[in-house]
Amino acid sequence: MPRIRFDRVEKSFGRTLVLPPLDLTLEDGEFTVLVGPSGCGKSTTLRLVAGLETLSGGEIWFDDRAIGKLEPKDRDVAMVFQDYALYPHMNIARNMSFALRLARQPKARIDSEVRRVAEMLNIAHLLERKPAELSGGQRQRVAMGRAMVRDAGVFLFDEPLSNLDAKLRARMRTELAEMRDTIDKNMIYVTHDQIEAMTLGDRIVVMNEGTIQQQGTAEDLFANPVNRFVAGFIGSPAMNFLDGEITGDRVAGDGFDLLLPAPLARRAEAAAGRRVEVGIRPSHIVLDGGAPIDLRVVVSEYLGAQSVLVTRCGAAEMRAEIASEDRIPTGETRRFGILTDDIMLFDRETGARL
Amino acid sequence: MLANANRLTPYLFLAPAVAVMAVALLYPIGYMIWASFLDWNPSQRIGEADFVGLRNYVDLLGDAAFRESFWVTIRFAAIVVAFEMVLGVGLALLLDRELRGMTLLRTVFILPMMIAPIVVGLVWRYMYHPTVGTFNRVLDDLGLPSAPWLSDGDWAFASVVIADVWQWTPFIFILSLAALQSLPRSAIEAARIDGATGWQMIRHIKIPLMMPVLIVTALLRMIDAFKVLEVILVLTNGGPGLSTEILALRISRTASEFRELGYAAAMSNLLLILLLVLTLAMFGYTRLTEARTARLARAREIEVG
Repeated sequence: MPRIRFDRVEKSFGRTLVLPPLDLTLEDGEFTVLVGPSGCGKSTTLRLVAGLETLSGGEIWFDDRAIGKLEPKDRDVAMVFQDYALYPHMNIARNMSFALRLARQPKARIDSEVRRVAEMLNIAHLLERKPAELSGGQRQRVAMGRAMVRDAGVFLFDEPLSNLDAKLRARMRTELAEMRDTIDKNMIYVTHDQIEAMTLGDRIVVMNEGTIQQQGTAEDLFANPVNRFVAGFIGSPAMNFLDGEITGDRVAGDGFDLLLPAPLARRAEAAAGRRVEVGIRPSHIVLDGGAPIDLRVVVSEYLGAQSVLVTRCGAAEMRAEIASEDRIPTGETRRFGILTDDIMLFDRETGARL
Repeated sequence: MLANANRLTPYLFLAPAVAVMAVALLYPIGYMIWASFLDWNPSQRIGEADFVGLRNYVDLLGDAAFRESFWVTIRFAAIVVAFEMVLGVGLALLLDRELRGMTLLRTVFILPMMIAPIVVGLVWRYMYHPTVGTFNRVLDDLGLPSAPWLSDGDWAFASVVIADVWQWTPFIFILSLAALQSLPRSAIEAARIDGATGWQMIRHIKIPLMMPVLIVTALLRMIDAFKVLEVILVLTNGGPGLSTEILALRISRTASEFRELGYAAAMSNLLLILLLVLTLAMFGYTRLTEARTARLARAREIEVG
C-alpha cells in the first residue's frame, strides 16, 4: 500500500490545459475522495494514476517509485468504472478472475478467491451468469468484486455509483463505507456528489477547473471552507450568498443590515468599503433570536422532519432549513433571525474567505 | 363489419407497393425457374422452347465440367474469404490507433475496393504478363526464374486468388475497423488495468467482442465471392483448362457460347439455392443473437422485478 504523491503533475489534451501543475499527497491506507463539478479534472487525475492517460508533465510517485511512464498493468492498481466496464462475453466468474487468469495463478487459488469475494459481496449465486443478465446494482457489485479479487495496492473508483437510481445509490454508499473499514488499502474515489464525498472520504479533495481548492476532512471543509467555491459546494442544502458591502463593523446589502461579531469584524476591517459576499448556511437561519432579517417565503419544500423554505431577501434567493412542525405559510413576508456567529464573508473579486 | 374493414385497410394501402415489388423481384426469378425446365436456345422465343421437365437438372448431376466448376467456386470462395478475413482483421487491429497520418493511411488501404473489378482485372493481367509483367520482371532482376502466373493451372488459381484478396481485403478491413472503434472503451481500459498485453487483449477481449460483426462480414463476403466474375474473366477467362472456371463464368459461357439457355438457368438456380442457404444462415445467426439478447433482457427484468 503505497503513499501516492503527485509532483507538479500536468495534463493537457491538445492545446487545452486540463490540469495545471498539481501537487497532492495521499497517505497510506487513506480513503481519498476527489470531488468537484464535471470538467474539474478529477476523473483525469484518477486516470493518470491508473495509467489510462499519459502525463504531459511532472511525475506520480508510489512511495519512491516513479510510475508515470509505466503501463497500467505494471502499476498494481485496480479500478471500478462508472459504467462497470464488465466484459460482456464472459460470465461473472470469468469477469472476476480475468486478471488472475492473465497472471497465470493456479486454478484452485483463482476459484477460491473468486468465491470468497463473491460471497462477501452477495453475488455468489450469479457467478455463472453473463453481465447482460444482471441488474445495475448487481453489475456494480461485480465490478467492485473484480477489483477486489486483484488484491492491488491502490483502488481507484471512477464515479462508481452515478449510474444507479437514488435508492440503490444510498444503499451501495453505505456498503462502500462498510467495505472501506474492512479493506486497508489506499483508495481514491472520484465523484461529483458531495454527499458521497462527505460520507465516504477520510480526506476530501475539492477540485475546480483543474486546481485543488481545499483538502481536509468533511468537518473541516464544512466548518472552515477557504473560499466561496468550497463553501458553496460542500453542504446540503447549499450555502446562501448575499451581495453586500462592509462599513465599520456592519455588513449591509439589498434587504439586510447585519452587525458582525467581533472576530469577523476585525478580519473584515481590511476589506472596509469592499464588495463582499455574505455566506449563510440554511441551518443558520432561525425563527426566533439571532440578528433580525425580513424574508418573503416563496416555497416550502417538505422533507419530513425538516423543511426547506425558499425565500427572497430583496432580489436574492435564500434557503432556510427549519423544523417542519413550525408550519410557515408561503407567500408572506416574515421576520427570521440569522446566527451571525456562523456567517462567513468572501471577497467578491477573488472568492477568498475573509 | 366495420372492425373487419379496419383490419383490412392497412393491407389495402400496402397492396400497390407489394404488387410492384412482386413483379420487379419475382418476375425475373420466376422467369429463370421456368427457363430451367426448357430446352431453349437464344434463336427461339421462350414460348417456342420445348418443355423438358427436370432434365436440365438431371444432366447437371452427371456433368463433370459443371462439377469441376462448382468445386473451383467453393474452393475459391473459401480460400479468398479466409485470407481476406485474416488480413482485413489483422490490418484493422494494427491501424486502430490515433497516430498522425492514420486517416490518410486508412483511406489508401480502402482504395482497391473502389476500383471497378474489370479495371482491377486488366491491371493485374498486365502485372502477371509473362514477359513485360511487373512480377516476372522483378523476379528476373533478382536473378530468379519467371513464374507461369496465368499459364499453369495451379499458378493461375493462386493468381486470381491474389487479385481478389487485393481488391476485397479492404472491405473486411473497413468493417472490422468500424467494429473495433465501436467496442466499449471502458471494457478495453478495464482489461488494460487487469493486465492484458496486446495479444491477450486481441484474443480475449477484442476478437470475441467483434465476433457478431465478423461473422456477418464473412458471410456477406462469401456470398459475393460465389458470384465473382469480372476479374477472372479478364485474367484467365476460366483457364488454363478449367482451373479457374468459376460458376458465373460457366453459366455465362453455357448461355452465350453453348447457346443452352435452359441449362444455364438450371445452373443459376443451383447457385441461387446455395446463396439462399448462406443468407438464411446469416439471418439465422442474427436472429439467434437477438433472441439471446432478448432472453437475457427478460431474465434481467425478472431479477429486478
